[in-house]
Amino acid sequence: MASEFAVEMRDVVKRFITPEGNEMAAVDHVTMQIKNGEFFSMLGSSGCGKTTSLRMVAGFEWPTEGEVFIEGKAMGHTPPFQRKVNTVFQSYALFQHLTVYQNLAFGLEMEGAKEEEIKKRVGHALEMVQLTGMDRRRPKQLSGGQQQRVALARALVKTPDVLLLDEPLGALDLKLRKEMQLELKALQQQLGITFIYVTHDQEEALTMSDRIAVMSKGKVQQMGTPVEVYERPANKFVADFIGESNFLEGKIKSLSKDEASVFVPSLNAEVVGMPISEGLVKGEEVVVSIRPEKIRITEKDAKNTNLFHARVTNTVYIGADTHVYVDVNKAKVKVLEQNRISRLDPKSFYVVGQDVWLMLMPENTLVLKKD
Amino acid sequence: MLKRIRESKAAQGTLLALPTTFWLFFLLIIPLFLTLVISFGKRSPDGDVIYGFSLDNYTRLFGYSTDCPDGQASCFNPLYVQILWRSLTLAFNTTALVIGMAYPLAYFIARAHPKKRNLFLFLVLIPLWTNFVIRVYAWMMLLRKEGAINIIIGALANMLHIPFTPFEMLYTPGAVLVGMVYEFLPFMILPIYTSLEKIDISLYEAAADLGANAVKTFLRVTLPLSMPGVVAGTILVFIPVMGTFIVSDILGGRQVILVGNLIQRQFLDARDPTFGSAASLILMIMTLVVTYFYTRKFGFGEEIVPA
Repeated sequence: MASEFAVEMRDVVKRFITPEGNEMAAVDHVTMQIKNGEFFSMLGSSGCGKTTSLRMVAGFEWPTEGEVFIEGKAMGHTPPFQRKVNTVFQSYALFQHLTVYQNLAFGLEMEGAKEEEIKKRVGHALEMVQLTGMDRRRPKQLSGGQQQRVALARALVKTPDVLLLDEPLGALDLKLRKEMQLELKALQQQLGITFIYVTHDQEEALTMSDRIAVMSKGKVQQMGTPVEVYERPANKFVADFIGESNFLEGKIKSLSKDEASVFVPSLNAEVVGMPISEGLVKGEEVVVSIRPEKIRITEKDAKNTNLFHARVTNTVYIGADTHVYVDVNKAKVKVLEQNRISRLDPKSFYVVGQDVWLMLMPENTLVLKKD
Repeated sequence: MLKRIRESKAAQGTLLALPTTFWLFFLLIIPLFLTLVISFGKRSPDGDVIYGFSLDNYTRLFGYSTDCPDGQASCFNPLYVQILWRSLTLAFNTTALVIGMAYPLAYFIARAHPKKRNLFLFLVLIPLWTNFVIRVYAWMMLLRKEGAINIIIGALANMLHIPFTPFEMLYTPGAVLVGMVYEFLPFMILPIYTSLEKIDISLYEAAADLGANAVKTFLRVTLPLSMPGVVAGTILVFIPVMGTFIVSDILGGRQVILVGNLIQRQFLDARDPTFGSAASLILMIMTLVVTYFYTRKFGFGEEIVPA
């Protein structure tokens, strides 16, 4: 491979003129380096710039500023048909006037491949997505899941260096989507092609990706492995967007080399011993973030640090887990308890109004900058 | 009864088709049958129909003549075959030219900003607000010897000191062709626009993504997907051009006679409804044959894909 990176975006800006005539940066100084063979996801809600970023890699849009590199080559205004990347479109964009076979052959014919070779490669691609025998059907005669596979096969048959996927599973129902997630991941590992995957579904991104770029308002908020972005979110936005979190506002009271203590007014107490991230200063207004599943509830006062007296205000049983809502002084906190034992006996669990103790483990409690 | 209609799809269908069926039966099927009967008859000396079974009108149409110059009993008179051929070629040429002009414009409108599309379509339709005959007369004013085109060219030639004799444009096949193209252009633009406008932009992007440049994208994606519009437009243009007589009457005069003019003259001037009926039926058969082979190749302008 010519370059360490399959795709690189260097300080890319894309500005659009809104219908009102204002200039708006859909992508705002984005820098990403996507390694060869990586499953890389861009995650964010609609309008965060993830699709525009992908379209700039594909060549459907050109950056206003900055540069996109594919295999180390600056792309400039190279049109899509001269880039060695292929796209799986959100709408699939299948050619309705062609059969499945012809849809797959289209890209190979454009390369000037011989008929023999086309036959072989199309057959192989159809096999790969388990659509053998469907080659004479028209796209409209296929189910949504099958159409999705045709779109995938049509892009993969070109053996691109990089496959771009724009919310490819968005139109499928939940069960099929979960199946396809695993299948896509397996396919990517088997082929060793770089996948750049755009999605708004955080679970999907966590399931499949080697690395995730969490995006918001045209900027990359955090880039990292699924474990990193979940366990060590860079800011409140990421902590909130990926998974769930309890946020408690406070002020840094003391700061040592590797630990911070924050006074939280709503608890009327101090949360101590939390790992620190860069750039925090004493006295700074911050947010203490803790995930519901990482809080421990005990019925007895264990005289531990970060132990707070609380009162249960509501419990919601949802099968595998129970959500316990508690009031700690003035703060409202959600705790997720796994139902490891049967809850058939209502007395076996917390009841509304019960006094409990919450334990915030320092290593699972984060100090985040206020946005 | 009402209950049956409410519950039966077939009964509902029959009911919905009833008014049109009734209308078409009395005003199309029966007259057509009468035309057939009359076409086998003979003209009486005072212009009435003598019913019978004679193929004379048809043989006459295809060139059999007993009115021969050298005293022969029978000979070949190419007049009517020429008229039929002229009508057919004119209809082909008009349709081809109209497609050639309408497609780029329809493409332009379909690709224009959505807010501007309605304005452009509105502009396309404006000529249709004026009566068909008046629009043809307007072309007469432009094309005739003392018409606007000759005046302008003459003035230019005068300025450049070039000798100029006005062009004879009116009463030529070219004039009829121009008039036909002008009259039927909107009927091609609209269906082509409709099918182009329906093409999802992501299909163009997919084609580019798969390695197709602009030309290949057009030939392999745009054109096939817009064929339903072209077919619908062709049917809307070809069939009326085959039968119309107003354009050729006004812009072609006695020089460019089409089947339409022939039929009109048989019924009005020559007072020979039997020959007129035969010509009408031949025109219909010619149109049907062309349309049949055309739609068999390209479909009926419906969606390419069965739902």
